[in-house]
Amino acid sequence: MGKDREKLVVIGNGMAGISAVEQILKLTTKFDITVIGSEPHPNYNRIMLSYVLEGSKTIDDIVLNDLGWYKDNGITLHMGRAVAKIDELNKEVITIDGLKVPFDKVIIATGSNSFILPIPGSDKEGVVGFRDIADCNQMLDAAKCYKKAAVIGGGLLGLEAAKGLVQLGMDVTVVHLMEDLMERQLDHQAASMLKAELERQGIKFKMGAQTVELLGDARVSGLRFADDTVLDAEFVVMTVGIKPNITVAKDSGIEVNRGIVVNDYLQTSMEGVYSVGECTEHRGTCYGLVAPLFEQGMILAKHISGVETVPYEGSIVSTKLKISGVDVFSTGEFIDGPEHTVIANKDDWKRTYKKIILKDNVMVGAVLFGDITDSAQLQKLIKLKTVMTDDLYASLMGTGCCGGEGKKGISVDTMSNDEIVCGCNGVTKGTIVDVITNQGLTTVDEIKACTGATRSCGGCKPVVEQILQYVLGDEFKTAAKQGICGCTTLSRDEIVAEIKDKGLQTTKEVMNVLGWSQTEGCSKCRPAINYYLGMIYPDTHEDEKQSRFVNERMNANIQKDGTYTVVPRMYGGVTTPEDLKKIADVSLKYDVKVVKVTGGQRLDLIGVKKEDLPKVWEELDMPSGYAYAKSLRTVKTCVGSQFCRFGTQDSMGMGAILERKFERLDFPAKFKLAVNGCPRNCAESCTKDIGIVGNDGGWEIFVGGNGGIKARLADSLCKVKTDEELIEICGAIMQFYRETGNYLERTSEWVERIGLDHIKAVIVDDIEGRKALMERIEFALKQVEDPWKKALRDKEQTGKLFNGLEMSNQL
Amino acid sequence: MSKENIKNLEEMTFYPAGPLNQFLVQIGRVVEVDGQQIAVFRLSDDRIFAVLNRTPHPKGGPLAEGIVSGHYLYDPLYDWKIDLTTGLVQAPDTGQVQIFPVKVEGDQVFIATENLQKA
Repeated sequence: MGKDREKLVVIGNGMAGISAVEQILKLTTKFDITVIGSEPHPNYNRIMLSYVLEGSKTIDDIVLNDLGWYKDNGITLHMGRAVAKIDELNKEVITIDGLKVPFDKVIIATGSNSFILPIPGSDKEGVVGFRDIADCNQMLDAAKCYKKAAVIGGGLLGLEAAKGLVQLGMDVTVVHLMEDLMERQLDHQAASMLKAELERQGIKFKMGAQTVELLGDARVSGLRFADDTVLDAEFVVMTVGIKPNITVAKDSGIEVNRGIVVNDYLQTSMEGVYSVGECTEHRGTCYGLVAPLFEQGMILAKHISGVETVPYEGSIVSTKLKISGVDVFSTGEFIDGPEHTVIANKDDWKRTYKKIILKDNVMVGAVLFGDITDSAQLQKLIKLKTVMTDDLYASLMGTGCCGGEGKKGISVDTMSNDEIVCGCNGVTKGTIVDVITNQGLTTVDEIKACTGATRSCGGCKPVVEQILQYVLGDEFKTAAKQGICGCTTLSRDEIVAEIKDKGLQTTKEVMNVLGWSQTEGCSKCRPAINYYLGMIYPDTHEDEKQSRFVNERMNANIQKDGTYTVVPRMYGGVTTPEDLKKIADVSLKYDVKVVKVTGGQRLDLIGVKKEDLPKVWEELDMPSGYAYAKSLRTVKTCVGSQFCRFGTQDSMGMGAILERKFERLDFPAKFKLAVNGCPRNCAESCTKDIGIVGNDGGWEIFVGGNGGIKARLADSLCKVKTDEELIEICGAIMQFYRETGNYLERTSEWVERIGLDHIKAVIVDDIEGRKALMERIEFALKQVEDPWKKALRDKEQTGKLFNGLEMSNQL
Repeated sequence: MSKENIKNLEEMTFYPAGPLNQFLVQIGRVVEVDGQQIAVFRLSDDRIFAVLNRTPHPKGGPLAEGIVSGHYLYDPLYDWKIDLTTGLVQAPDTGQVQIFPVKVEGDQVFIATENLQKA
C-alpha cells in the first residue's frame, strides 16, 4: 500500500465499527485500514443472537462481513486481540499482547458490556450476560445440562434470552425489579399484554423483585430477594443493562463520562480519534440500540473522509422485540403525561393495542402491540414531527365505519436519500434507489443480494418494495413479478383464484387459459397445478398421472438404479408378528436388497423391481404407507399409557386413530405427525408438522416442526381436553394448510409465512371456521382410496404403467 | 437432420415394438431388446419418440419415468431437461442421450435399433 495513504485504525470489530468502515469505503480510498477486535469472529449481527439462541438461525447465518470481505477491501484484521491503549504521542495503538499499530486516525467502537449487578455471588459459575457469541454458546450448553434458569432483567434483551432458553427446554423465570416489563420502551398497557402473551409461551415472571444475593457454592443454585424469599436457579442470565466499554479511551486519557464523550461529528477529546456506537456518549446520551449506530457511523464517515456533512443531533430510538409471534414496537415518547393528547385503540379479542401520543398536535411517540404493520410509517411520521390531521387519523386509526379503508403506506417520495431503510445493515434509501436506476435491479431479492437490505430480520421488506415500486413506476408490476416457475408470471394465489373464478378443470386448461409460455408446463408447475385442482375439487378432479412426479405416479420411491422401495402402513408404528412374517416372506421371494427400519417407525423394503411392485403389494396385502407421497407419512408414537409407567395418555391408540383418519389425502408437501403419552416427548413432537403431547387431562398441540434440511422446533398452538377436540384441531390444521400452503412448502415455512397468530385465530379462536375446515377435510377424505388396491383392480392400466414390452430385432 | 441421415433412415430396418394403445400419453414405457432398455414416449400429439433408457447424468439411472412436456422430457431423478427429438440435454446442463428412429404404421409402433450396442 502506498506510503501517502493515511493509516486508520478501528478498535472494535462489531457492527458500529464495521458499518462506519463500510461507509468510509464508499466515500474514499485514502485510508489504509486496520481493524482490531477482541472476539475471535468476523463482524456479525449482534442483534440477531436471539435468533441463534431460539434456534432459527446459526452463527454462520448472522455473519455480516466474512473474512473474504476484509481481504477484498484490503483491510488488515486482528481477531481475538484486545487493545490496551492509544499512545497519542507516538501515534500508535498498542494491544495487550504488545502489538503496536501506527495511526493517523482512530475510530473507537468498543461497544458495551453486560452490566453485572454488584451483589454477593454474582461472580459464581453459571452467571452470564447476553452480549456476544460466547454468552450465546454458554446458554446453549447450559440448556443441555440444567433445567431451571433465571433471567434477571425484564427488558428487551432479557425477554429474548428467556424465550430462547424456554425454546431450549429450560424452566425459565424472568425476575424484574419494576412492575412493568420493558418499562423503558412500553407503557403499562402494552407491558401487561406482553407479559400475558409471554406467559402463554411458557415464561414465568417474578415482578417487583429485587435480587440481593446469588446463592450456591462454586456454581449458582438460586437467587435471594430483598423480601428474603428464594428462587431456585442453576443458571442465571443478567440482562439488567449495558455498560459502555470505555476502558481503552479512559486509559488513553480521553475524556469519558458514562460513555466516551464526543461532539456532533463524533470526535473525542483526542486529536484524530473518533468514537461510534454503544461506547459513545453524545449530548449526555448513550444509546443501546442499533439504529443510532448507523446514523452516527454515516456522519463520522463523511467527516473523517473530508466530505461535508450535517452535524449529528441525536437519534429518536424505536424498539422492536425479536421474539417469534410476539410483535411489540415503540418509538419516541411512549408514556403519556398531562401535556399529551393520546389516541389509543385496545382490542382484547385480537390482542392488539395501538397508541399514538401527540404534543400540541404533533406526533411524538407511539406504541404498538400485536399488529406492528404501521411501525415503519409511525417511526417516520414521528421522526419528522408530523402534525396530526383528520386524513392522517383516518389512515392510521381507520374511519370508524369500515376499518381503516384507504390506508396508505409511508410516502417514500418524501423520504430523504440518506434515511436508513434497513436498520440491520445500514442501507439508505439513496443506495437502494441507486442500484435500481443504475444497475437495473427489479426485485427485492436482487436488491438484497446487492445491498444487503432485508438480509437480516426482513422487517424493512415492505419499505424496500415501496421504493422499488416508486422508482420503477409502471414497470414495477411486470418487472418485479415472479411466478411459480419459468412458465408463468402468476403466483400461487393468483392461479388458485383463477382456477376457482373460471372453473378450470385440468392442468391443460389452466396452462392454456392463463397463458403459459411452455404450453405443457414443466416438472415444477404441472405437479403443483394437479395438486391445486385436487384440493379445490376433491370430488370431481381426475388425478393426472402424467403430471405426477415419478414416486407419486408409481406409488413407490424410485432409487438411483431405477428400482423402488415399498413401505407398508404400520399404524402408529405398531405391527404384528403376522405382518412381520408376510414382510419377511415377500422380501425373500422378490429378492429385496435391504429391509430397513425407517425414521418413522416402519419397515422399508428397498430394491424392488418396477415390474414386481404390483405383485409385492398384492402379496403383502397391507395398505400403502405413502412413504413416496406429499401426504400424511407416519404418525410416530411412544408406548404411552397402555404400558409405560410414565404415560398419561394412550399415544399408540391415538396415533393409530389419527393415521387411519387422515391417511391418503394429498398435501402441499409431506406431512408427519407424532403423538406422545407424556411430556417426556419420546416420539419427538418438536420436529413434526403436527406434534401432540399428552398430559394429565388432555393434549398439547404443536405445529410447524421440522427435523430436515432446515430444522425448526414446532410452536405450541393450543391445549385441548378431549380426544374429539384433538382430532378436530388436527383436521382443521391439515385442511387450512392444504388450502393455503404453496406446493412443496412444508409447514415449518408455512407457519412462518402465515404467522402463528393467524393460524391460532383461524383454528383455535374461530370455532365455526374450524368446524367448516373439518367438514371440508372430511369431504375430501371420502374421495380417497388405497392406491395399491386401486392399481391391482385396474390391471390394464397397471400393466402399461409397470411392465415393459419385449421387442425382437428379428423380423 | 442431414440428407445422409435421411438416406440411412430409409435403409434402416424397423422392428415392431407393440401396438400404439400400449403406450400411455405423456407416460414413458420401457421396451427391452437384446438385454438393453429403450424408453418410449408418446407425446400429447401422438408422436412417438424412443431414447436409450439411461440418463446422461454421471450418476446414471432410468429416463422412462420422467415428466413429458411437449417434446421435452424432465429426467425423473435429476430433473434435467432433455429434447426428445435430438436427445440433447438443455442448458444449464449438458450431454446427449442416444435416440432411435421411430415410425407408426397402422396401429403399430416400429423402432429402428441398428445403433443399439449389444449389452
